[in-house]
Amino acid sequence: MSAPIAITASKLTRFYGNRAALDEVSFEIRAGETLVVFGANGAGKSTLLRILATLIRQHDGSLTVLGEQLPKDGWAVRGRVGLIGHESLVYRDLTARENLRFIARIHNMPLDDVDPMLERVELDSRADEPVRNFSKGMMQRLSTARALLPQPELLLLDEPRANLDPGAAMLLEPFIGAARHRTRVIVTHDIDYGLEQADIALGLKHGRAEWIEPADHVGADDARRLYK
Amino acid sequence: MRQRRRQGPSLAAATLAILRKDLRLELRTLETLTATLIFTTATFVVFHFALDRDELVGDLAAGVFWVTILFASALTINRLLANERSQGGYESLLLAPIDRNAILLAKMMFLFLALCVLEIFAFAVFTLLLLGPNPTTEMLALIPICVLANIGLATIGTLVSGIATDTTARELLVPLMTLPLFIPVLIGAAEATSSLFEAAPLIVDLGRWLSLIALYDAVFVLIAYAIFEYVVGD
Repeated sequence: MSAPIAITASKLTRFYGNRAALDEVSFEIRAGETLVVFGANGAGKSTLLRILATLIRQHDGSLTVLGEQLPKDGWAVRGRVGLIGHESLVYRDLTARENLRFIARIHNMPLDDVDPMLERVELDSRADEPVRNFSKGMMQRLSTARALLPQPELLLLDEPRANLDPGAAMLLEPFIGAARHRTRVIVTHDIDYGLEQADIALGLKHGRAEWIEPADHVGADDARRLYK
Repeated sequence: MRQRRRQGPSLAAATLAILRKDLRLELRTLETLTATLIFTTATFVVFHFALDRDELVGDLAAGVFWVTILFASALTINRLLANERSQGGYESLLLAPIDRNAILLAKMMFLFLALCVLEIFAFAVFTLLLLGPNPTTEMLALIPICVLANIGLATIGTLVSGIATDTTARELLVPLMTLPLFIPVLIGAAEATSSLFEAAPLIVDLGRWLSLIALYDAVFVLIAYAIFEYVVGD
């Protein structure tokens, strides 16, 4: 029996002013699959992630995420989606522990989950420092902990390995890597990493889907052409 | 794939979590409070020299007091939701499974408390620098006036802050939108206060002016509750 559909996007369109940042993009992924999105800067990758995260609405087309129609039932998806992006989405003047305790409260999670999560991302020794003192790599680890604490069913990852040294990338791999029950949408410029992670690959150019294929049908050269 | 819809926190729990976080941030940085208290003192000093009087009574005293509070509150309102963005956590709040009116209620409560602190400080400084009559027990009637005025200012302020937070002209937009909307609160509060600031303080027509402010508060609380979801959404 195949896994249920996790995301169905049909002719998804989003404008910024008169410019279509996303132009009739369609795809479908099943639970546990990974969609990797390639494309040059401004191709619409981050816009797509923000629509999936319910942070912005599509202007046209239909979208179902985790069985709920967006944007109408966005409230039912929030809390089931974890977003790790360019911004850490934590409060700079709070400590790492205070940030995660706040996240636990607004996601109705037990506060007891916070300390084990800090240990898993190896921030327990710095947990009581304001995060404004953290390096970019530490911020990325805290951001990962922030996104994963509510145990999301769908992970949206925008350049998840940016700012991470090889050790930190290995540390976070079990959290953000492929897993049977984890559906992921990854935006990356790292073609080798992306193709290695992908079940389905989507190439975006100027907001339009150049191709959407099973990852084993896509070569690195296909992805590189998007950047020319 | 609808099987696992996680229950978010209740409206009250989410509101308290956000309020607690905001208070913690403000107590740690003291950015907004310090700015408003300095602004208030400076404004009273400016009035002292501009009016060329050592003491103010009646209408004039009430007007100066409330205009200063209104301008000082605009500083807090400017930063209310923008602070969420500059601190970095705003979108994690929008991603949470909470009723977005929890954000409205928490910010209103935060602004209400900030205004209470501001008014206690402002009354002390005003008494020292400008107010003619010495404080009397009649002046305790300022408490319900401030409470009702603060509800109105906090509601309108939070709504405008939500509208302005994503605009590039936020610092211009906040005073342009709030000050006209504050006028009924200003009229009610200043009229209710003026007899308290007379040379022989009296409580006159207090109920009438408090009712006006309360009615205005009720209208804006309902409007804010109905539209805030759309204000903070895309």
